[in-house]
Amino acid sequence: MNQSKTSLVTLFATFAKIGVMTFGGGYAMLPMLQDEIVNRKHWCSEENLLDYFAVGQCTPGIIAINTATFIGYKTRGNIGGIVATLGMVFPSLVIISVVYHVLEAFQSNIYVQYALSGIQVAVAALISCSVIKLAKKSLVDAPAVLLAVAVLASLVAFGLSPIIFILVGIAFGLTVSGVKERKKHGADTSDQGGSSC
Amino acid sequence: MLTLLLLFLEFFKIGLFAIGGGLATLPFLMQLAVTHPDWLTLRDITNMIAVSESTPGPIGINMATFVGNSVGSGMFGTVWGGMLGGLVATLGEVAPSIIIILIVARVLEAFQDNKYVKRAFYGLRATVIALIAYAAYQVYRVALFDGPNVKMLEVVLFAVFMFVMLKFKNVHPIVWIAFAAAFGILFKLPSLP
Repeated sequence: MNQSKTSLVTLFATFAKIGVMTFGGGYAMLPMLQDEIVNRKHWCSEENLLDYFAVGQCTPGIIAINTATFIGYKTRGNIGGIVATLGMVFPSLVIISVVYHVLEAFQSNIYVQYALSGIQVAVAALISCSVIKLAKKSLVDAPAVLLAVAVLASLVAFGLSPIIFILVGIAFGLTVSGVKERKKHGADTSDQGGSSC
Repeated sequence: MLTLLLLFLEFFKIGLFAIGGGLATLPFLMQLAVTHPDWLTLRDITNMIAVSESTPGPIGINMATFVGNSVGSGMFGTVWGGMLGGLVATLGEVAPSIIIILIVARVLEAFQDNKYVKRAFYGLRATVIALIAYAAYQVYRVALFDGPNVKMLEVVLFAVFMFVMLKFKNVHPIVWIAFAAAFGILFKLPSLP
């Protein structure tokens, strides 16, 4: 992408902003990433974002941090990876340090609780909107759709560890797309723009 | 000083071995409560989860900052001391991620045109989409069904409204977060479990 053009300050500020807006785990960060990184800053495409997320899932550590490091690296190399990560954790550091000292007041405030319940609904809607967007782009054929549906169904039914499904996904990709490629050569998947839900 | 170094190392270990997101660090933190009862107690863990889930930022980072604050406040007795502890624990937790991802990113760049890497990503993408969809499902489930007095109608109407709006208008997610917080207060949505 536009390497060297993005300043480290911008990188830090962008990820600090994403850190402030993310309520919940790494998945809640996805809609914010799509909006900031893909739609506004054009640092990567939707497919790239999903790939970074996938790598963040199956490497040790916190998904949100892994993804931030990856995008930072892609934008500005090693130092970019570090700066993006520091930006991501900065809001947590400030907010938690303050909340830690006013714990009782924070936890017993009924309006905080009401607001958080409302935010939860928005987070669910935003994540599902992101999923739809990504699915349209990345589930390129019937086997991919089948795999996604099967994994989702097993997660709902059994709730196993994500690691198992990631291994299954990799194995599936290696075998199924291998078979596909042998059947017909050449056919390449194309990607287009567009960003509505 | 030694305590801070120990804090860094303990969280470095957690960052290195917890695979699969913030809540995956929880078993390690519980272990920490056993090995370092002066840092945090099992009772603190409930508070820690509640605060980490209800403040902005990745849960894993929030939990690390929380424990670091507990250690730092104990050592120095001030807000700044707490913050220093929080900083040390957080840096410890993200350090392995940074090292590993910078290596992995480089390796993937070198092999991005390799057909096996491409095939693996084909399957990986579909799986990750399912994992994200499952995360959304879990949040919906809590919002709709957890607890005795959930306001199902209000929640469903709000979610549908958001969906329709998202389809036609590109509103910044933070606007939705603020709007949803106001909605929660206005309709007195029940507190989270």
